[in-house]
Amino acid sequence: MESVLGRYRNLIVLVLVLFAQVLGLAVQVKRGGAANDAQDTRLIRIWAVGALSPFERSVVWIQNSSRNLWHNYFYLRGVRAENRQLKEQIEQMRLEQVRLSEDAAQARRLQNLLAFKEQFIAKTVAAQVIGSSGSDLSRIVYIDKGEDSGIKRDMAVMTADGIVGKVLLVYPSESQVLLISDQSSGVGAILEKSRLQGVLRGAPNGEVTLERVMSDEQVQPGETVLTSGGDQIFPKGLPIGSVTKVAPGKDLFLNIKIKPAADLSKLEEVLVLVEKQERQSFADVHERVRAADILAQRLPSVPDKPAVDPNAPATASNAGSKPANGGPGTASTKPATNASTTPKPNSGVTAQSAAKKEVVPGQQASGSAPVSAATKTAKPVNSNPTQTDSAKVQPGPAIVEEKPSSPVPAQPKSQTPVEDNSPQ
Amino acid sequence: MPITYTSNEQVEVYRFSVPVAIGVPLLALFLQAFVPLHFPRFAVYVDLPLLVTIFFAMARRSPIAGLFTGAIIGLAQDMLGHNPIGIYGIAKTIVGYGASSLGVKLDVENAGARFLVTLGFYLIHSAVYFTVARALVNMTQSWSWLHGILAGLVNAFIGVLLYFVLDRFKQRT
Repeated sequence: MESVLGRYRNLIVLVLVLFAQVLGLAVQVKRGGAANDAQDTRLIRIWAVGALSPFERSVVWIQNSSRNLWHNYFYLRGVRAENRQLKEQIEQMRLEQVRLSEDAAQARRLQNLLAFKEQFIAKTVAAQVIGSSGSDLSRIVYIDKGEDSGIKRDMAVMTADGIVGKVLLVYPSESQVLLISDQSSGVGAILEKSRLQGVLRGAPNGEVTLERVMSDEQVQPGETVLTSGGDQIFPKGLPIGSVTKVAPGKDLFLNIKIKPAADLSKLEEVLVLVEKQERQSFADVHERVRAADILAQRLPSVPDKPAVDPNAPATASNAGSKPANGGPGTASTKPATNASTTPKPNSGVTAQSAAKKEVVPGQQASGSAPVSAATKTAKPVNSNPTQTDSAKVQPGPAIVEEKPSSPVPAQPKSQTPVEDNSPQ
Repeated sequence: MPITYTSNEQVEVYRFSVPVAIGVPLLALFLQAFVPLHFPRFAVYVDLPLLVTIFFAMARRSPIAGLFTGAIIGLAQDMLGHNPIGIYGIAKTIVGYGASSLGVKLDVENAGARFLVTLGFYLIHSAVYFTVARALVNMTQSWSWLHGILAGLVNAFIGVLLYFVLDRFKQRT
């Protein structure tokens, strides 16, 4: 027996060592995938990362210091020309910003109509990439920020160009980031123009593909891919990349290859999204009309008395029956429906405030019917609707409608209570 | 005494100082994790921990020492990734055992032999990794002979150069 053990000692040790590792693997796999496994083996991984990260931090620090020293103090050639060029670029971007801000305001108004809630990036933490897994079969990177900096598992990681991945494991002062090119990664994605949704996945060879898009859909190469927000990790609308190739795939789905917007192979600094806010998008408070006002305009009511102006008697009498979006006349006919309960002719603002307080969703239609008396009473006071005080919006199904952007004609107006849906 | 690459010394068993035995694998792991940040293809074609495993296993010429060297380096490499720990461990254990067993029987101290041995063990390592990853962990893996041979040649070339450097740290028993 002893001779057998002695003769095959090497082989027996090999089998034992392999068996132990296979057993360890089986335990990890049985406990449910990489996520749980990572938690179970966290301590071991902390040791490994802790042994290497000081070296990585040191090398990265030396690299950055020498690079900064060179670029900031020595290599200043062409800086003036570049400065001039950047100033010109700023001027162009300012013009572009004006146009885009108009578009953004319009988008917010439309989102507001739908009570659209959007996730905003509230706070990010900048981090330096200090290492990788060193294997093309595990596409992860390490960053130099961890629990101490408020980083938690499943936080989104991005650069200015686009998303990078998500935090997979968090150590005290480092974190492991799973790149979107890893085959175990998955990101909810949407094509910018066609609005088709899919799931972004990494391939074993490091490519990124968009899955779950039906083969009968039309997808053009070059189209931008954005996050859809469906994964609850990345806020909606962050750039992912662009379509490079579209081919028929298996199971009636297209095989869409994506080129990530962020250069995943050369990451240096990244941003970790540590805080998201979900809030209703806001529009300008002066460009809102309450549902009660809209309904009041559409319901039959006693018309206003004609204005003093004898030349235009028909205008005043017809004003109350104009539709809500009937142009400039709309503004003049928004009655303070509930102001009938507080007829204070000398205090238009007070009347408005009272009216706003009484607006309760569900009562708007009924409250808007007996209109005209109060409207007439308050009319002379409130000549400028933009001076009304704003009130916080009450959460509920209140409908808001965009006012026409055209200037309101300077004619006698009824009270125009305005709701403020701006974020708290 | 200078080290020569003759058959008289092929059964020579070497040992290494503790700093070298610990520092070289750590340095290999560090470079493997750090260099791909600047040269992304490095991780695709080069496996420095494997080269270090082969070198130590062949130099020590003890199968048990070789398999433990491979196991420790492989497990450490596993810890740096996010896949279950043990895939690289198993692959490098087998390579360590094989390299040390081969070192006992063959002259593996000339450049040509080292080149071929490294190429062969790279392919064995890839095959074992592929098998374990697919069969035990159910990972999606694709096998490419072209990539395997190309990466094997690159590793063999780098390995021959690396072994000459590491030969300086050998100590005769």
